[in-house]
Amino acid sequence: MNLHVMGIWLGALLTLSLYSFLYRDNPFYKFTEHLFVGMSAGYWVIYNIFNVLKPNLWDRLVGAGDARPDMLMIIPTIFGLFMLARLVPKIASFSRLALAMIVGTGAGLSLVTTLRTNILTQVEGTMVPIGGSGTGDAIGTFILVAGVVCGLVYFFFSKAHRGIVGGAANVGITILMVAFGASFGYTVMARISLLIGQAQFLLFEWLPTMHLFRGLTG
Amino acid sequence: MSGGRILEKLDKVDRRVIYVLMALSVIVPLALKLDFPIPVGSGPSMNLYDYIDNLPEGSTVIVSYDYDPSTKAELQPMAVALCRHLFSRHIRVIGMALWPQGVSLGQQAMSNVGDSLGAEQYTDWVNLGYTVGGAVSILRMGSSIQAVYPQDRDGVPYDSIPMLNGIRRLGDLQMAICLSAGDPGIHAWVMMAGDTYGLPIGGGCTAVSAPEFYTYLGTGQLLGLLGGLRGAADYETILRQRNPGAPRGLATPGMAAQSISHLVIMAFIVLGNVTFLLGRRARKGGLK
Repeated sequence: MNLHVMGIWLGALLTLSLYSFLYRDNPFYKFTEHLFVGMSAGYWVIYNIFNVLKPNLWDRLVGAGDARPDMLMIIPTIFGLFMLARLVPKIASFSRLALAMIVGTGAGLSLVTTLRTNILTQVEGTMVPIGGSGTGDAIGTFILVAGVVCGLVYFFFSKAHRGIVGGAANVGITILMVAFGASFGYTVMARISLLIGQAQFLLFEWLPTMHLFRGLTG
Repeated sequence: MSGGRILEKLDKVDRRVIYVLMALSVIVPLALKLDFPIPVGSGPSMNLYDYIDNLPEGSTVIVSYDYDPSTKAELQPMAVALCRHLFSRHIRVIGMALWPQGVSLGQQAMSNVGDSLGAEQYTDWVNLGYTVGGAVSILRMGSSIQAVYPQDRDGVPYDSIPMLNGIRRLGDLQMAICLSAGDPGIHAWVMMAGDTYGLPIGGGCTAVSAPEFYTYLGTGQLLGLLGGLRGAADYETILRQRNPGAPRGLATPGMAAQSISHLVIMAFIVLGNVTFLLGRRARKGGLK
């Protein structure tokens, strides 16, 4: 039994252990759950050290290969160490400096782009000619505009939802429910897709290796 | 057995019975290799296919594999189908990842499909590897890809990779495709590469996140979108319709199971609601 087949068997047994939770909680499930969490944490630590910290910080700081040491890298090193200051209560406040830099940089970079991408362009996308290129387009555009306006009316709480406002709010909540329904449908599809992926693995990769196991045992 | 007893039994059905039926609805169609037709009309999948199909030969496209094995079932079939289409059109592919484990999944897709179509590493495709920073890295790549990736996944310097000659920034590329399982992913690519640098963006995503990206299709911020396993199966179907020799793909065999399991879920939803409504009516009758 080579390493590839062993990997398949390990994957299959761990998959079955995880699915065993659907019957009821049991030691196999618990073991697999802990194994998964532990391995994920270990993998992330090692991956980040060798693929993020080393090439982006250490190699530049010490000048790996023919490169000259980049002394500016001392600044992110210090900020990185500040993040670890949270572990020592006396100097924990230093971590706020590093966090402030991260939050500030993130906000500065994404403020304008988020506003443009997710608000301005979306608003622009709603301002389309009602006529369109045919009756179908016109109906689609009308539903789009009416849906957006009514959806916004539903979240307008400064006026009682009665009369025309109430009617528009009702249309708005209906549109929202249709959106939530579509989202739920897609979520179901996603979960079933994952189940299909695992079922394909068990049926077409694991089961065909069963004869090897039988050969070993008997 | 009276109607009331049936109602009571249905109301108290063990959830494990539902799990078994769900499992059977997936396993049986897969084991029997059932094949349902997949009708593909004009839509986000077709738009993506048409855009790639109309790119001139020798174009360069960047594909970002922003997912990990937990969503491999949905996104890997897309990666394979897209690579097959790109390589068969002689379009060069730069692979990268904003998710660490996307690197090896991308490598798997590019190298397997590349080998079958005669596409060579460093001439037709390259895997630059993982970069930390998400949207910030994409923004940096807008002015210099080399600054973010001084070397590829295997440590080969950027300057010594033949297919990267003349490619300095995102603006030198013809398109970006993001296969996304979450953040960073399509949002970041649309925001930074699309809206900031004007690079055409195509996408593939998990079914869970598909509805939120439909807004980008309406505004033209996304050229096309493959949503979940269905999106991947759509793409494989179009590929086979236009290129009769193309293989069946990884997503198409799962669509029969997908359809049957959806029918089972719908049946349970209807049954649950009918049981609930009949039960409520019976209780009201009892009170009178």
